[in-house]
This record gives sequence, C-alpha cells and structure tokens, in this order.
Amino acid sequence: MKISVQREDFDLGLEVRTISRNSKIGAVASFIGLVRDVRMTLEHYPGMTENAIRKIVEEAAGRWQVMDCTVIHRYGELEPNDQIVLVAVASAHRGDAFAACEFIMDYLKTRAPFWKKEHRGAAATWVEAKAADDDAADRWNK
Amino acid sequence: MRVKVLFFASMREQLGRPSEEIELPASINTVGALRDHLRARGGVWETSFAPNRAVRAAVNQDMAQGNASIKTGDEVAFFPPVTGG
Repeated sequence: MKISVQREDFDLGLEVRTISRNSKIGAVASFIGLVRDVRMTLEHYPGMTENAIRKIVEEAAGRWQVMDCTVIHRYGELEPNDQIVLVAVASAHRGDAFAACEFIMDYLKTRAPFWKKEHRGAAATWVEAKAADDDAADRWNK
Repeated sequence: MRVKVLFFASMREQLGRPSEEIELPASINTVGALRDHLRARGGVWETSFAPNRAVRAAVNQDMAQGNASIKTGDEVAFFPPVTGG
C-alpha cells in the first residue's frame, strides 16, 4: 500500500505498473481527479491527512479484496487540467477493484482533511462542501 | 491543562493564526466545551464558532464529535467541512 500527500505531479502508468506485479492480480481500477476550469490552492492537515487516508484504505480492504492500493493526493498551487488525486486498487477480479476504488474516493471526499481555495482574477474563495458528497459516502452504509 | 489548538483553511484566515497553545480550566474537557470556550472570546471567534457554522474537529489527528474528551497535551484541530478529492 502506498499513500502519498505531495506537491509533485504523478504518473498513472508508473503507479499502475507498480501495483500490478503480483501474478495473482487480475484487475486494477483507477480514478484520477482533475482541476476543472479554475486555478486553486489545496491546503491539508499534515499528519492527519495520511492517517485518515490509511484508515479509509483499511476499511475498503475489510469490505473487498484489495491486494494492493495506491492513493496520491496533491496539495499546493494547481492549474486547470492538473491532476489532483489518484486512487488505484489492485485485486484478483474487477468487481472488488471497481467497488473499492469508488468507496475510497467517496470517503476521501468527506473524511480526508483537504480544503480547496479557488482563485478567479484577484478574488480567492474557499470551496463549500457539498451535501452530494456526504450522500455519496453515506450510500456505502445502506 | 494545556492543549495545542490548530485551525485550517477559512477558519485559519478568519482567526488570523494557524495554531495556539491554550491553558484551559479543568472543566473544559470536551471538544464541545472547548468550542464554546473559544466562541466566548467574542469578535471573529464568535463568528467562526457560531452555532450555525459547520465546524469539524479532530483530536490527535482523528475526526472527533463534540462529546469527545480532551486532556492535557492533546492536539485539537478545528476546520470547515473538507473539500478535497
């Protein structure tokens, strides 16, 4: 398992190859979140962020077969079209890989301590949390 | 007792500081009591910790509810709902 909170960009191909080396692995599902049309700054809570993501991955591994997993989340200054987050899950079969990947992403949105600030011209505004993100996380408990 | 309190994102900006060491009376021994204690400072504190504001908390880097207990040496963080991913 690899969890990294970093300023630097990441390479999907490299990360997927790294968690695909075990010959028991038959499926890797991955998700990448991108910056849409506005420049932003991402703040996080060093220490807690890594712990929170680790707990989310462990919870996913308790629900599905997770043979390996990589989560990378960037912070700092990001430009439109930049990659923000990567979740990649390796499993024997696609069902577990898809479900665990989506679960980790849904939980990360509501439990990992990151905050986005958007910059439009001279104006900077903190992004408000969305109720839809809470709903997406809650549906895993139904 | 003494605790370290951290603030993030919009709360850090409104309160004008990322962290603070606070000496607390023994009666302030939960996250909720600490929140009320800070709100009672008035001004921006009253605004940032107003009852209708969504404020999340963590104790020693774990998400915590208002009834979570705090003890000397703890790291308590207050922040708005998270918006990563």
